[in-house]
Amino acid sequence: MSSSISWVTSRNPDAGNVFAIAGVVIKEMYRRKDFYVLLALVVVITLMLASVGIFNDDRIVRYLKDGCLLLIWLSSLVIAITTAARQIPAERESRTIFPLLAKPVGRGEFVVGKFLGCWVACGFALVAFYFFFGMVSASREHTLPLLAYFQAMWLHWMCLAIVIALVLLGSVIFTAPSSNATICFIIVLGIMFASGHLNSVAVQMHGFRGGLVYAIYYAIPHLEWYDVRELIIHNWGLIDWLAWAGATIYAGLYSGLLLGCAWLVFQRRTVTL
Amino acid sequence: MNTVVEIHDLRVEYRSRELGQRTKLAVDGLNLKVNSGEVFGFLGPNGAGKTTTMNVLLGFVTATAGSAAIFGVDVHQPIARQRIGYLPELTYYYKFLSAEELLRFYAKIFRIPSAERERRIDTVLKLVELDAARKRLIKTYSKGMQQRVGLAQALINNPDLLILDEPTSGLDPLGRMKVRGIIQRLKEEGKTVFFSSHELGEVETVCDRVGILHEGKLRVEGRVSDLVQQYQCNLENVFLNIVGYKP
Repeated sequence: MSSSISWVTSRNPDAGNVFAIAGVVIKEMYRRKDFYVLLALVVVITLMLASVGIFNDDRIVRYLKDGCLLLIWLSSLVIAITTAARQIPAERESRTIFPLLAKPVGRGEFVVGKFLGCWVACGFALVAFYFFFGMVSASREHTLPLLAYFQAMWLHWMCLAIVIALVLLGSVIFTAPSSNATICFIIVLGIMFASGHLNSVAVQMHGFRGGLVYAIYYAIPHLEWYDVRELIIHNWGLIDWLAWAGATIYAGLYSGLLLGCAWLVFQRRTVTL
Repeated sequence: MNTVVEIHDLRVEYRSRELGQRTKLAVDGLNLKVNSGEVFGFLGPNGAGKTTTMNVLLGFVTATAGSAAIFGVDVHQPIARQRIGYLPELTYYYKFLSAEELLRFYAKIFRIPSAERERRIDTVLKLVELDAARKRLIKTYSKGMQQRVGLAQALINNPDLLILDEPTSGLDPLGRMKVRGIIQRLKEEGKTVFFSSHELGEVETVCDRVGILHEGKLRVEGRVSDLVQQYQCNLENVFLNIVGYKP
């Protein structure tokens, strides 16, 4: 039987499907109100903080930068986790996954497309957030260390890559997006606040328990490496580019590993209602 | 005549949720062939295994045993789905997209070149009578319009095989008539249509052949006219007879 389709002769996994799926995720993000609400909140809270002059102290700008960056980090984590957590469950719930997977789309392409869409969308959000941060900082300090801000934003974005991959893995394991988002939020905050201290704890422990803590320390993704707020709050200069590149590669590898796991789990899943 | 869909000794078991039962048999030793250019009605009561069979054909479910192929390609291969169009039962499409954007997205997946893509979008939107609403977000569409946008996405790649799962389910009489008209047109164009439906009158009108599935087994298969003649009654009574319904 001759096919009425003349434009395809063979089919191999390719980037076209990944980009098409990512494009839909990005469209969803900019048509929803979540990002705009969070950006408005960051702007309003930062401007309120800026309007309060305490003791006429010029150093107060550091607290302002600290507050603004903390809000940006929290907002970006909320955007990344909630966006990634709802992707696959929402496709199942609205049944849009059926016409999509009934097309020549591999499950790996589907997972990677969802990841790429969430990550790029979060990248756009970060650009808007850091642009505002740069404006606030420049208006107070009359300097704009663009390279330092670029490094900080880039590392922030890399951190979100790991977070999004982790949440996508969670979304193929847990059915409810809310429980997945809550669990991932706790894990991410736990890693960011506690993982840096794990090796110190391990040193003080001996035997099996010490080994176990060390194993956890080496196994978990070190998201705290990507939080370089202190550097730009205190204007401590640029991060060594080699360390910056190393952190980028680490994020790439970790995201790849988590996405690979998500694909393996999703591949084995029966797609039914 | 070429075989478009070929199912051989298909067996699908699910993990059962019922106490004391480990597995539930959804499809049992199904053998089926659908030939090029025919409209095949896949009938059966709820839970007979129709949707499970379709899910196997579409690669959503892995068969416990047996095999299924579309255009001679194993259904596990994504390429098997290159020449098919699928309309699921009551699906809601991305409500933040317009019909035009949705179709463009699906067309990209089929790697349809951009000039051809726009031409196809125009053609299918006219066919399903959604041309005037093409730029409106899908969330503003009525149920009937959503079903028609579903049909449009199933046709975007000009498929040789259409798999329709209860295409008229939940539609009003006018919507049903429109969908039926579209299936008739596709039949005239020589497309192969494999569809499940509970509307036996509709099946009798549009189908060349039917297969009746009951409790996972194919009980009867043949031309509608032959079955009607063999059982000396209309298709609805043939169906009731086969599923063992006694008033």
